Amino acid sequence: MTMQGYLRADGRKGIRNQVIVAYLVECAHHVAREIALFDREKAHVIGFPGCFPNPYAQKMMERLCTHPNVGAVLLVSLGCESFNRVQLERIVRDSGRPVETLVIQKTGGTKSAIERGRAFVADAITTLGNTPRAPMDLSDLVIGTVCGGSDGTSGISGNPATGRAFDQLVAAGATCIFEETGELIGCEDIMASRAATPELAIELRASVEKAAQYYAELGYGSFASGNADGGLSTIEEKSMGAYAKSGASPISGLIKPGDIPPKGGLYLMDVVPDGPVQFGFPNISDNAEIVEMMASGAHMTIFVTGRGSVVGSAISPVIKVAANPDMYERLHEDMDINAGRIIDGTAEIETVGAEIVALVEQVAAGQPTKSEELGHQEFILTYKSFEPIGPACLPV
Amino acid sequence: MPDIDPRLIILNDHDTVAVVRCAIDAGEKVQIGDAVVTLMQAVTMGHKLARASMQAGDKVLKYGVPIGSATMAIAIGDHVHLHNMKSDYTPTYALTETGDIA
Repeated sequence: MTMQGYLRADGRKGIRNQVIVAYLVECAHHVAREIALFDREKAHVIGFPGCFPNPYAQKMMERLCTHPNVGAVLLVSLGCESFNRVQLERIVRDSGRPVETLVIQKTGGTKSAIERGRAFVADAITTLGNTPRAPMDLSDLVIGTVCGGSDGTSGISGNPATGRAFDQLVAAGATCIFEETGELIGCEDIMASRAATPELAIELRASVEKAAQYYAELGYGSFASGNADGGLSTIEEKSMGAYAKSGASPISGLIKPGDIPPKGGLYLMDVVPDGPVQFGFPNISDNAEIVEMMASGAHMTIFVTGRGSVVGSAISPVIKVAANPDMYERLHEDMDINAGRIIDGTAEIETVGAEIVALVEQVAAGQPTKSEELGHQEFILTYKSFEPIGPACLPV
Repeated sequence: MPDIDPRLIILNDHDTVAVVRCAIDAGEKVQIGDAVVTLMQAVTMGHKLARASMQAGDKVLKYGVPIGSATMAIAIGDHVHLHNMKSDYTPTYALTETGDIA
């Protein structure tokens, strides 16, 4: 299957061509949702619910609205929120995408705003039909991975299979991102040994130490009783299960949400906020992690689940990998890959890894994932605070 | 003769534990390397059996890396869990069925 990407002005290529309807405060969410209902397949809703400014959220929205899978953007503002809509609109316009800002308070209310918004979406869909296409290969792709709803099987089936897929993708020049530094406690030594440079090794260790301190201050442990029931004995064993998603390639860099990896390779995303604990849990649910990887350019996400998550995402497709045969049986309509065959002995880790790579290519070529077919377009963005990464994080 | 029971999976050649693919009842015989051992207790999917003997203080290897240390002598075929190993980082607290801390 040949991949034909949607060519953007910045040279990046998208695998989807969505119109984004972005609410800039929760008060504008209903209007945005009603506008997007006009064409649920083409128009996806994203947004930031907070009324008070947050540089992280501003950066996330700027990156997401100029994501390669995005072709046009409608901003929906109530009018009195603090979000810098002028800057966001300018950045989207400078990226060459059609953009309009709808301020509900200036438009005559809910009904008028919805009508005007739908007119923009209809125009945008027509315009997007003319987006230039360009051949695309694996080296153009940015792929993220998360695990959620994990159990004792995730770390021995779906995660190592995803790791093998990552190895193949990185070897083919793709950019791969893994994260969840809070669940890498115990993996510092082996992870640091894979760093491209000694200076990066120090940064990788520091990111895990920061996560350990942050969680300690929150009073939240990352090991639940159910983990032990499922056969996990220690935090480092659980961490290794999560870490297995990263495969065995050298680690090229450490990024924070919204940083775009400069070249192909394997990157760790540090998702734990810097500074004192001020906005609560680092990521309140799995979609928060997917959103951060999209902000760093992820065209799609490989999501390994043991308990059985059903989510998808706005903007970028989600491939769901079932970690055990029992859950696959129950939730097969939501699962793209059955890694449970590794548990019951009917498939090798290598085989499932190759299946994941093949599916990545098919999805990049336009084939919808299960969650896309089912209309899943979850999205969440909350308050956070980050310092910029240091110079050692992205060795040349 | 297979060197590992098909109900077990070895994640890395260096590992001192194998992972159980499906529930195995107490009293069943399991092949691990050259040894055939009779399970003293039932184990469920995702749990671990020793594929090497270990002394207290030895690192337990899974995925080819340490996942903690043995707290007592462990024989080939023993169930390896909270009762005979511990974290080298933070202690593991797990509730038992009676609500006690394991």
